[in-house]
Amino acid sequence: MTEHFDAIVVGAGPAGNTAAYTMAKAGLKVLQIERGEYSGSKNVQGAILYADALEKVIPDFREDAPLERHIIEQRMWILDDTSYLGGTYRSADFSNPPYNRYTIIRSQFDRWFSQKVRDAGALVICETTVLDLHMDGTRVVGVRTDREGGSVYADIVILADGVNSLLAKKAGFHGELKPRDVALAVKEIHFLPEQTIEERFNIKGTEGVVIEMAGKITKGMVGTGFLYTNKESVTIGVGCLLSDFKKSGVSPYTLLEEMKAHSAIQPLLAGGEMKEYTAHLIPEGGYNAIPQIYGDGWLIAGDAGMFVNAVHREGSNLAMTTGQVAAETVITLKTEGKPLTAKNLAVYRKALDESFVMKDMKKYKNIPHILDNNRQFFVAYPNLVSQAAHTMLTVDGIDKKAKERAIRKNFASRRSVFGLLSDAFKLWRAFE
Amino acid sequence: MKRIEEKLFQNRYRVDTGHAHIEIMNADICAVECEDKACTFCCPAGCYAEDPGGRVTLITDGCLECGTCRIICNEHLNVQWEYPRGGYGILFKFG
Repeated sequence: MTEHFDAIVVGAGPAGNTAAYTMAKAGLKVLQIERGEYSGSKNVQGAILYADALEKVIPDFREDAPLERHIIEQRMWILDDTSYLGGTYRSADFSNPPYNRYTIIRSQFDRWFSQKVRDAGALVICETTVLDLHMDGTRVVGVRTDREGGSVYADIVILADGVNSLLAKKAGFHGELKPRDVALAVKEIHFLPEQTIEERFNIKGTEGVVIEMAGKITKGMVGTGFLYTNKESVTIGVGCLLSDFKKSGVSPYTLLEEMKAHSAIQPLLAGGEMKEYTAHLIPEGGYNAIPQIYGDGWLIAGDAGMFVNAVHREGSNLAMTTGQVAAETVITLKTEGKPLTAKNLAVYRKALDESFVMKDMKKYKNIPHILDNNRQFFVAYPNLVSQAAHTMLTVDGIDKKAKERAIRKNFASRRSVFGLLSDAFKLWRAFE
Repeated sequence: MKRIEEKLFQNRYRVDTGHAHIEIMNADICAVECEDKACTFCCPAGCYAEDPGGRVTLITDGCLECGTCRIICNEHLNVQWEYPRGGYGILFKFG
């Protein structure tokens, strides 16, 4: 492997695949390096695929991509110990093609994407771990892999190596992740007959349901739970800030086990066969935690660049879009015959700043901080709204005005009127 | 409640025998300086355990390669963390 490439892409997740595909399709000589036995074998996600980002790269992906179910119903649950209060949005319009989002199984989806990358002309090498970057002064000129004689060189290296971003860290491009900037999520996949899933979730054909959950299930930690329907399986998971796990002394698998046992969740999983347990870190530091994403001979895309919108549960789409913009930046500079220096690659950051990626990241830049400092959203409120619903729905001879007074009193005693107003203000400011 | 071993039993691994990809750099730091030993409860695969003598032991066979142990050891920086050699480690069936 002493060949020289136009570009090396490290990693074969959504960011790496999109970058490699886009550059190969434009005729660049691309090498993609993946440490798993095949592309997808190291990758973990919930997983929801947002069609839009993929459509912009592979418009006809629906023809052969392995998709599980298209989402027609979203439930939001606030859970207390033995109850939940929820909202549901379901629309038959979500069943009008082209569908907007799908559940996917990443090992299958990424494998499909990888074939597209190969078909576009990139050389994809699996079972190869990149150990570090080859530098010439401050410029990245290639990578060193764990293969014998495994150094390989290129004009640019795109780092799409995921949330841990070890390569940029080793090269000193950025520091270690802080425990409060990442969430640890654990997840299981439970197999059930297709018919059971359809009956249990009131769906047919390829329709699917998403349940997002918050409240007591995270034991006061900042985090959420989820349940997604696949064709013949459901995935259930929970994620919380790593700094909270560290403080709480709660182990992630115990948290998941207890969540699965909740009276509202257990019946949805009943009779299923658990076939895999996974864990993954999600970069949730937001806009203020985005590291330097370009330099002499290198770019960062996807999770490695902290590109996750935690509020809207978006990540893989940001990975694809940053991968695409990174690739287009390289293609443009190459076409213009310009060197891939930090100065010229700065247009990558500029293009992202002008796109929905940074605009969304910026819009929610204070959210991680606010949630971290306001635990009442995860403990007191779920409990209060649950008690309020319980009070109003219990017919016991007490008049409704008295019940309303009792609820108001309950809220004010737990959180004070000033606290309630200030919480409302904080949320309004954060989301406005 | 299911034990972590039962969960991991469902997973597919290709263990790189003799090449642990994560190491505790200095066992004395865990035993003497680290009070909470967060790795012993934060690791989602339960790879870390505290022995009766207060020392932390690490067996990486069930590792899910998430990175948690490295990041939570932010006070002592006592975890040497690399990805497994190419092709080794966890092989997700579904991911």
